[in-house]
Amino acid sequence: MEPVLTIALAGNPNAGKTTLFNHLTGARQHVGNYPGITVEQKEGYCLHQGKEARVVDLPGTYSLTAYSVEELVARDFLINERPDVVVDVVDSSNLERNLYLSCQFLELGVPLVIALNMIDVAEKRGVTINAEKLSARLGVPVVPIIARSGKGVEAMLDAVLEVASAGIRPQPAFLSYGTDLDQALTDMTPDIAACADLTAIYPQRWLGVKLLENDEQIVSKIMETYPEAGKRLSARCETIGQHLQHTLGVYPEAVIADHRYGYIKSIIHQGVVTRKFVADRLYASDKIDKVVTHRVLGPLIMAGVLYCLYTFTFSYSSVPVEWLTDFFALVSKGVDMLLPDGPFKSLIISGVIDGVGGVFGFVPIIMFMFFGIAVLEDSGYLARVAFMMDRIFHFFGLHGSSVMPFIISGGIAGGCAVPGVMAARTLRSPKERMATLLTVPFMNCGAKLPVLTLLIGAFFSDHQARYMFLATLAAWLIALCVAKILRLTVLKGASTPFVMELPPYRFPTLKGLLIHTWERTWQYMKKAGTVILGISILIWAMMTYPQLPDNRAAHYGSLRQETQRTMAADEAGLAEALVKIKTEEAQEKLRNSFAGRIGVALERVSRWAGIDWRTNIALIGGFAAKEVIVSTLGTAYSLGEVDPEETISLQERLNKDPNWNPVVALAVLAFIMFYSPCFVTVVCIAKESGSWKWAAFSMLFNTLFAFVLAVAIYQIGALLYLR
Amino acid sequence: MAIINLRKMAINQSGTIVAVKVGGELGRRIREMGLVPGTEITIKQRAPLNDPVALRVMGGTLTLRNNEADYIEVDVSS
Repeated sequence: MEPVLTIALAGNPNAGKTTLFNHLTGARQHVGNYPGITVEQKEGYCLHQGKEARVVDLPGTYSLTAYSVEELVARDFLINERPDVVVDVVDSSNLERNLYLSCQFLELGVPLVIALNMIDVAEKRGVTINAEKLSARLGVPVVPIIARSGKGVEAMLDAVLEVASAGIRPQPAFLSYGTDLDQALTDMTPDIAACADLTAIYPQRWLGVKLLENDEQIVSKIMETYPEAGKRLSARCETIGQHLQHTLGVYPEAVIADHRYGYIKSIIHQGVVTRKFVADRLYASDKIDKVVTHRVLGPLIMAGVLYCLYTFTFSYSSVPVEWLTDFFALVSKGVDMLLPDGPFKSLIISGVIDGVGGVFGFVPIIMFMFFGIAVLEDSGYLARVAFMMDRIFHFFGLHGSSVMPFIISGGIAGGCAVPGVMAARTLRSPKERMATLLTVPFMNCGAKLPVLTLLIGAFFSDHQARYMFLATLAAWLIALCVAKILRLTVLKGASTPFVMELPPYRFPTLKGLLIHTWERTWQYMKKAGTVILGISILIWAMMTYPQLPDNRAAHYGSLRQETQRTMAADEAGLAEALVKIKTEEAQEKLRNSFAGRIGVALERVSRWAGIDWRTNIALIGGFAAKEVIVSTLGTAYSLGEVDPEETISLQERLNKDPNWNPVVALAVLAFIMFYSPCFVTVVCIAKESGSWKWAAFSMLFNTLFAFVLAVAIYQIGALLYLR
Repeated sequence: MAIINLRKMAINQSGTIVAVKVGGELGRRIREMGLVPGTEITIKQRAPLNDPVALRVMGGTLTLRNNEADYIEVDVSS
């Protein structure tokens, strides 16, 4: 069935827009992104009275200015796509503030239905709202609903259909903004009317108001298309601005906002809202906050909650992760038996199956993390975490909400930057979010741990625990300081205001949580999955090709035959000798591959940090996944396959190697902790930031930064200890 | 009339906003959350490190950093 009408859901964040959307569309929805930006675009379908409607969930906003992408997206949708009906979801327990946005819809003249959501919460607080009176005064249908239970939603849809079938676009509401501004608007009318292209899509008076508010989008549109009129208009705006500044000491935008609130007050005061008891009684939320954001108890509870989230994400997900690992190992084994040896088999096993396994290996972790975060987010606790942590994170140019991505990425050693990068979605401030995306990979993720353990075990085994702790501390310190540096340079700009709502605590609904979790996980699989598979095959090829020249391959072949002939009597000795040949061949193969050649070529540079070609190759392999460093080092040192969990032989080998010493180990440690994130993380950074430029920046900047650090450590260390 | 800066208000102290002296994005954000002259506010809580501050406005609770609160003047005489 073709949808007959489009309904747009709009409203403040926390007003229950998403709950209503889920109720209306159920599982019949999909999430995408608006082209080029990271704002989510949610769409679904719903059926009412035999009519199918397309439902679009607009980003939650408080206003319709041009300051944030969310608001621009919402506004442009309303103006360009002209939905048949806009359902404005309003939090009844917070009516006055929510109507500020409704008021702007009226000024824009969109066909509106107001849904008074959470009417039950308002009543519990002793607030009764006369919907009929409100409807009569605003001139639009007002329907009380409870989105969580679905109560009133049918009646709301009836109203929606009625508005849609009437088919008349309402006249924009005429608000007075005070004598000075009203006069200015009148003066501006002829010039605005001349901008015919714009008045065809925007109401005239609305354009004037936006000019007075100095709205970037509208100002630049007028300047581009009608520079003559634009100049006169901006001159008029300037004089009125100066006049208001002189007489009242305020900005025009402030006067406009005041009059909007004045209008709202005049509407709700006489008999629309009645309070049965004193409004200032302690709500349940306030009582909880007295404890949860308490000076001493607050941080303790927060530490506990974050630790639980962390354990939940990484411990409980380990079971399905193991299933997946076992499953892919089984598939590998099957392929191994079915296919003949050769490059094709190697591609299937090491390229494709390992690649697909790599993509799916993260799925349980991401799912568990998003579920945990959805609980914290939907219950309202996440906003409290931001509230408590902001003082510290703001100092480093970040935002209170940055704490979650940092913890998930390995703020408690052993996380993972992939879900960490994705957790940065909860940040609404663009610059702070970008700085968070770029610095969370510095944390010690679970894949770096075996590598750190290897090196610390080999060279600092007496102080293992202390060094591990120092590594965690160093990661935090460096990440925060780099964030500060980024915010002072490439991400320069004033911090986003922390004017934020602390929503009342609510019990999350299971349906909401599951939809939240699933749609985010699915996005990871769909968007990152394909790219990750491709890169994984590329890395496999780099580590495999070109193969050994024929004469070298023949050399190993004849060596094998030779050994088999001479040692035929000694069975144990023969097996040992064959393994030795095999590992030597593997080492030569690796050195001969592209990755190996790059590693050897880079030795000239990496010498500055005391790093030899073998480690270089391992570090290149580490781009696939950090734990690969261990196994690649094993091959490069002709030790054959080294299990990352069982590294005693490699530890001893490194300890005896003349190229290695504690200073080199420290330099390598620093390099591994801070160099380019693994490519899965890089892909996620590209997807989350909406640009490959930032992903490339993250790879290059981190590697350069880590290298400078490693060189400094090696050179200073060599000066002090290696005489 | 006793007009003080919002930063200087004590926990549980109430007052009426008399002026918001800032434009641009911060001014807009402050206003769209209902912090306009004539609005009654009550300080609810301060974060463990004293910044930001949480306040009750109309039916909801808002947070503000201290340096953002500096632009808001409040009459606390009543």
